Amino acid sequence: MSQQKAPVIEIRGATKRFRSGAGLHTAVRDLDLTVAPGEFVAVVGPTGCGKSTTLSLVSGLEPPSAGTVRVHGEPVTGIPDGVGYMFQNDAVLPWRSVLDNVATGPRYRGAAKREAREQAREWVARVGLAGFEKYYPHQLSGGMRKRVALAQTLVNEPSILLMDEPFSALDVQTRGLMQDELLRLWSGSGAAVVFVTHDLEEALVLADRVVVMTAGPATVKGVFDVPLERPRDAEEVRLTPEFLDIYREVWESLREEVQITRERGAGRAA
Amino acid sequence: MPHDVREPQAAPSAALPTPEEDARAAAQARSAALRRRLTIYLVRIVLVAVWLGSWELAARNWIDPFYYSRPTSIWDRLVDWFSHGTSQGSIWEQISYTLREAVLGFVLGSLGGVVLGVVLGRSRFLSDVCAPFIKAANAIPRIILASLFVIWFGLGMQSKVATAFVLVFFAVFFNAFQGAREVDRNLVNNARILGAGRWAVLRTVVVPSATSWILASLHSAFGFAIIGAVVGEYSGADKGLGLLINHAQGTFDAAGIYAGMIIITVLALLAEWLLTMLEGRLLRWRPPSAADSNPV
Repeated sequence: MSQQKAPVIEIRGATKRFRSGAGLHTAVRDLDLTVAPGEFVAVVGPTGCGKSTTLSLVSGLEPPSAGTVRVHGEPVTGIPDGVGYMFQNDAVLPWRSVLDNVATGPRYRGAAKREAREQAREWVARVGLAGFEKYYPHQLSGGMRKRVALAQTLVNEPSILLMDEPFSALDVQTRGLMQDELLRLWSGSGAAVVFVTHDLEEALVLADRVVVMTAGPATVKGVFDVPLERPRDAEEVRLTPEFLDIYREVWESLREEVQITRERGAGRAA
Repeated sequence: MPHDVREPQAAPSAALPTPEEDARAAAQARSAALRRRLTIYLVRIVLVAVWLGSWELAARNWIDPFYYSRPTSIWDRLVDWFSHGTSQGSIWEQISYTLREAVLGFVLGSLGGVVLGVVLGRSRFLSDVCAPFIKAANAIPRIILASLFVIWFGLGMQSKVATAFVLVFFAVFFNAFQGAREVDRNLVNNARILGAGRWAVLRTVVVPSATSWILASLHSAFGFAIIGAVVGEYSGADKGLGLLINHAQGTFDAAGIYAGMIIITVLALLAEWLLTMLEGRLLRWRPPSAADSNPV
């Protein structure tokens, strides 16, 4: 493809401020980030530093206060084509069955009901929920709801997948399972992924590249390539010596920011 | 249920109850639930019997039945109305007249309330502009409008429909407004990312999430619709249950007032039952509430 080298996401000097109470709160400051097609980038940083804001800039849900955000080379004005976004909290529609939830994307994009359901049925099976098509979300476990959300996002076949701590609410075993599932579904999809997390281990298990953010207002502190082979097994890979080496290296950088966040928290509590 | 300790041969699966024990426990739970229901009904019947009996007794011995009437004369009046008709003509005609007014006011009022509530709930600008007017309109004692509507629309059906409409509209409007406003932002953002336009977001996310709020308001709204219709008839009409009650008041007929009240109550209860069924169908997706699963 001709765009193999052109980045799919290009953020230049982006700053985002929110009005909070009387003053302004800067969530992201002077952020630069590029993501190549098919690349899996994890963004790690201390809790509440503004990682999610980065995703909402790319998705077009929030415009930047300064700087530029380009997706597929075009400046972001609305929600760009080909973007999928998995939110931290469940965003499945509680009044729709699993099948109809997964079918919402194609329906919004103008597919006929039958066609949308057929596509949905395939994706429900692909995320391992075959047999649960008629269930309502409240009848499913947390992990299964995440699978529904994943299918709902992937059925649109996004070329850019934004994920905002999607597995943070799950227990450790389920999280490992979902990480494997995500890697399996992602490999061969050719989609670029930006995966936000505060869990460094998760970032390293999944990503080709890890971006470390500073304590809020967030900006890029360092970028690390993850020299681990694919395909990876989420449970196995974290036991290898290579994993421990890269973990130590990135943690060195992340630790200071976590420390700063902690001290601020302590200052506020005192 | 604890497993049966008297049967040691069940030892290997001692922790798990056998199917027979499960079935027995289920049967016990069922019959306990049945007994409980029967007791509740029995106590209710006793309460009603005591209340009516003491009223009847008091009216026969101590209080003046001319003012307070008594259960047997109310019953006679009802029988009379249904077998011979009322002073205003057939009872069924009065009922259908009032019911038509109430239903029409209810349907129009809830439609108006839902549409305006959802629109204002989703538009910060419009709701900020309209806020003081809505507060003021809500503070008006709206029942007084019934008199105004009689002047505007005459003694016919329109003035009662208008009164019912006004009462229903505000009850539904505030709930629809709140429901539309409290829609989970996450759900809206997710729908937008998945490709929904403004209209699709409204139709597939906002309205369904406001539905439980709206349905909750419809329960009281039908009551308001009947009140609107009856009060409308009360302030001037040529037919209807309100007129019947007004007439009974004019002739110091306490039994007639009670009888009209009972008919209206039955109508309201029927409507409530229908609405509950509708709610059950529309909210099937909701998890059962904690109250629905009783420990055995």
